[in-house]
Amino acid sequence: MKKQRIAAGVQSLLTEEATCLATTEAREPIYTRPDSLTDTPMRFCPGCTHGIAHRLIAEVLDELGIKQRTVAIATVGCSVFAYEFFDTDAVQAAHGRGPAVATGIKRCEPDTIVFTYQGDGDLAAIGLAEVMHAAARAENFTVIFINNAVFGMTQGQMAPTTLMGQKTTTTPRGRSIEQGGFPLNVCELLAQIPGVAYLERGTMTSPKYVRQAKRSVKKAFQTQMDGLGFSLVELVSSCPTWWHMKPLEALKWIEEVMLEQYPLKVFVDKLEAGE
Amino acid sequence: MRQEVFMAGIGGQGVQLAGQILAEAALEAGLELSWFPLYSPEVRGGPTTCTLVIADGPVGSPVVGGDADMILMDRAAVAMHLPGLRPGGLVVINSSLAGTDFERDDVKIVAVPANEIAAELGSERAVNMILLGAFVGATGVVARRFIERALHKVLPERYHEYIPLNMAALQRGAELVAEQPLRGD
Amino acid sequence: MPERELITGNEAAAEGAIAGGCRNFFGYPITPQNRIPEYMSEHLPEIGGVYIQAESEVAAINMVYGAAATGAWAMTTSSSPGISLMQEGLSYMIGSELPGVVVNMVRGGPGLGNIAPAQSDYWLATRGAGHGDGRCLTFAPFSIQEVYDLTGEAFPISQKYRNPVMILADAVLASMREPCQLHERRDPPKEKPPWAVGRGAESRERNIVNSLWIDPQVLEEVNWRIEHRYQQAAEDETRWTEHGADEPQILVCAYGISARICQTAVERATEAGISARLIRPISLFPFPSQVIRDWAERTRKVLVVELSMGQFVEDVRLAIEGACAVEFMGRTGGAVMTPAEVAERIIAMA
Repeated sequence: MKKQRIAAGVQSLLTEEATCLATTEAREPIYTRPDSLTDTPMRFCPGCTHGIAHRLIAEVLDELGIKQRTVAIATVGCSVFAYEFFDTDAVQAAHGRGPAVATGIKRCEPDTIVFTYQGDGDLAAIGLAEVMHAAARAENFTVIFINNAVFGMTQGQMAPTTLMGQKTTTTPRGRSIEQGGFPLNVCELLAQIPGVAYLERGTMTSPKYVRQAKRSVKKAFQTQMDGLGFSLVELVSSCPTWWHMKPLEALKWIEEVMLEQYPLKVFVDKLEAGE
Repeated sequence: MRQEVFMAGIGGQGVQLAGQILAEAALEAGLELSWFPLYSPEVRGGPTTCTLVIADGPVGSPVVGGDADMILMDRAAVAMHLPGLRPGGLVVINSSLAGTDFERDDVKIVAVPANEIAAELGSERAVNMILLGAFVGATGVVARRFIERALHKVLPERYHEYIPLNMAALQRGAELVAEQPLRGD
Repeated sequence: MPERELITGNEAAAEGAIAGGCRNFFGYPITPQNRIPEYMSEHLPEIGGVYIQAESEVAAINMVYGAAATGAWAMTTSSSPGISLMQEGLSYMIGSELPGVVVNMVRGGPGLGNIAPAQSDYWLATRGAGHGDGRCLTFAPFSIQEVYDLTGEAFPISQKYRNPVMILADAVLASMREPCQLHERRDPPKEKPPWAVGRGAESRERNIVNSLWIDPQVLEEVNWRIEHRYQQAAEDETRWTEHGADEPQILVCAYGISARICQTAVERATEAGISARLIRPISLFPFPSQVIRDWAERTRKVLVVELSMGQFVEDVRLAIEGACAVEFMGRTGGAVMTPAEVAERIIAMA
């Protein structure tokens, strides 16, 4: 049922594009590349949601009018080339160190808008200390956390967020307590830290969720602009390649399996609370 | 001129403060110096030492080995460091805590009953200044007026009322050297 | 002109940095350099600077990396085990062509070692800076005045070469007090370098600070650009001092605190009728190879003194290129040789 809906959506987009092409002179394009994205073609695998996440961030930077004063922090993983896609100043950080690098930038240039774009290996494994302490210090920057339950760039090894029983290249018999321990729920950990001003977990499996994810990304950046403290949006994402699924199966797996472990939720919203 | 001083005692006796006062006094006197404190991990009550090199030219090595003259403030310091004093070297010893029976007769020993004198002066905290007074008296390394200036600099304002007491303690230590012929001389 | 003050090496490094234009400090406590972050936490906020206690040395150096990317003058300080943790960040700084200053108050190692003075991080400082083809420009002070002066100078040098600079001292220099002539605090330049991120993006192309170059040809070009800066530094920043006889029988090479011990040892040897000359490298990378080789060829007898199992001695041997034998005298693990012991060795060699 859902599969058909998505397919229908794609079809309507294609039809719309065809209409646009046919009537370029008569109509303004209704769907263009956001100003905050470069024209470099993205090289993500088919069906990967990184591209959507990039676009959402770029749209938000455009809408908030902050592109010119934004510094993007690319990290290590499939996020590594983020500086090629965001048309902003950018800094490449060592694996897991994005929040420390962001701290240095934001503290020295408080008027800039700083965000890190980190995967689950980068943020929840090697960089857990950096993100926790940035939150504890109430550092005023934004983290976009892409959780796809696997190390993508290094070809599908277990991540801290890998689900119990999930097969990866380093959990060939499925993640077990004995071998890999339990998945780490980053938002639930961060929710206890008073320095966190905005914290939400979203996903991008359907137009509804995509719109919701964009709202949360926008609120996170607004939180930073208002100087309220640390903001993080976790986006439960797909990795069809290393999940060995077709793109639509992957989206379905997110909704039916992953969201059980990582439920969608607004954990902290000081913007709404008017603080 | 080059004077090397090694001071040792237990934390809380004012070893470091005595070192700091002598260092500041040397600075006031326009001399070059190097002062290296060494504490044990305990904050109070552990062994503590400092080494000072004062010179009228470049100090050179701040590490002195057995070349320094000494101020030893308690029995443990004497047991540990007196054997390392070079023959002919000078040592000021707090005889109140370390007694007067020493196994060296090839060095110059000034035995000062510093705790008793401090009690007479009405302040047990003056022990370090009495011993420093004896050392300055025996070596003439800096003039006493520079020590008085150093006290003004080193002591927090609220303790400045004790500067006369400290100077009296310094004076008593120096007098004691004048009174007793140096053993080993 | 402020008067001479009796300060520790830790205080000299901290105040020297501020006087040299540093306004941003990121650090993590470790003995024997704790007085530096303490001093910075007290003084930087009152002049509008940034002081952050990081969660680790790993984070501290990456905060410096971020700060440096904005063109800010930033530093961190630590001691041996902490410097080990910073290697990754230093490598990224070199690869991204970012400046920054690191002070290492070296303690005994390996492992947790102890907190006594050592010079056993020579390789870590001059070869290290983590993986890849890059090195820290390294300067070794031997007095509190020099700690103050060199730490201040490190900032413009590091900006000029777009490379981290390490000040390599030790636990004695950290806690020793000597009179130090202070000068007025200089402000860092208001104008940001053209490569900095975070300000003025509307009137320039976007800036990217990056050390990732997938194309081998591009990375090789980057490495050559860095190497050319090192060659320039070798011409402009090589520093040393010489001390002792003009017609020496023995050449003594030592740096940092060992050179202080050797200074007195050379005087002792002279008193005993043996003439010696001390060459003290101040810059360890770039290394003053030529002067050492020139004197070694004249004396044919060289003694290297350092507080390690023999690290600095390798650079001396490389400089001399086998022209004559090099004798080594080292103490390690926090132990320190006395001037008398060094003098004895000089006399025995004559």
